[in-house]
Amino acid sequence: MRVSARFKNDVTSVRVMAPHPMETGRRSDQQTGELIPAKYIQELSCEHQGKIVFIAQFGSSMSENPYLSFSFKGGQKGDTLQFRWNDNTGDVEKTDTIIK
Amino acid sequence: MSISRRQFIRLFSLGSTAFISLLNPVSAWATWAHRAFNADELETAYQNLLGSSTLTPSNDVILKLPKIAENGAAVPISVKTDLTGVESISIFVKDNPLPLTASFQIPSGTMAKVSTRIRLAQTCTVTAVVKVGDKLYSQSQEVSVTHGGCGA
Repeated sequence: MRVSARFKNDVTSVRVMAPHPMETGRRSDQQTGELIPAKYIQELSCEHQGKIVFIAQFGSSMSENPYLSFSFKGGQKGDTLQFRWNDNTGDVEKTDTIIK
Repeated sequence: MSISRRQFIRLFSLGSTAFISLLNPVSAWATWAHRAFNADELETAYQNLLGSSTLTPSNDVILKLPKIAENGAAVPISVKTDLTGVESISIFVKDNPLPLTASFQIPSGTMAKVSTRIRLAQTCTVTAVVKVGDKLYSQSQEVSVTHGGCGA
């Protein structure tokens, strides 16, 4: 996933883009006509020094490649943020980023 | 070694309490809210996620999204509020097959402001719900959708 975190005026602003098909389970393959099984991110979290600063829970009607922006107080330039998502099939992805 | 009936009951109840507390997540947020996300009725989704479907419409909840969306597959949306003590922000789409789209936990220190992109199946009403204590504040807006975002 692509992440950026910037510190300005006491606030850390975070942007996340997680490449993911976000299949709803309602779409059918245009060639075979078979339903494409659901595959979508259910939970995405952001941790700063052991404290969870943001948790997003998604349903299947989030857009493909989910995008998020949020901000929190208490970060510092150089601190590490840890991101993690898991989807309904059990796949997990983790990314770390440093606050700039 | 023999165990009296009383001791057995005591041991058993201790053991089962420990087992049940393991089953229950520490926080309701620790697991995906499947009952709310799988609800196909708006009211049921409110009830299952937030424990109530009584919403107080409020201008303190600022919902930003286009009035007309050409492409329902990715509609930008942002929700913010100046209310204090916000616990969560949730987005519901009345006419989507499954209304609950996203729910964001806002721990203390995190701003009550979030932006994302959602799918809209058809022209519909989008509702943002902000939870403050046991109060639910909401703001709704209708969006006209030219091309639905959930079909094939």
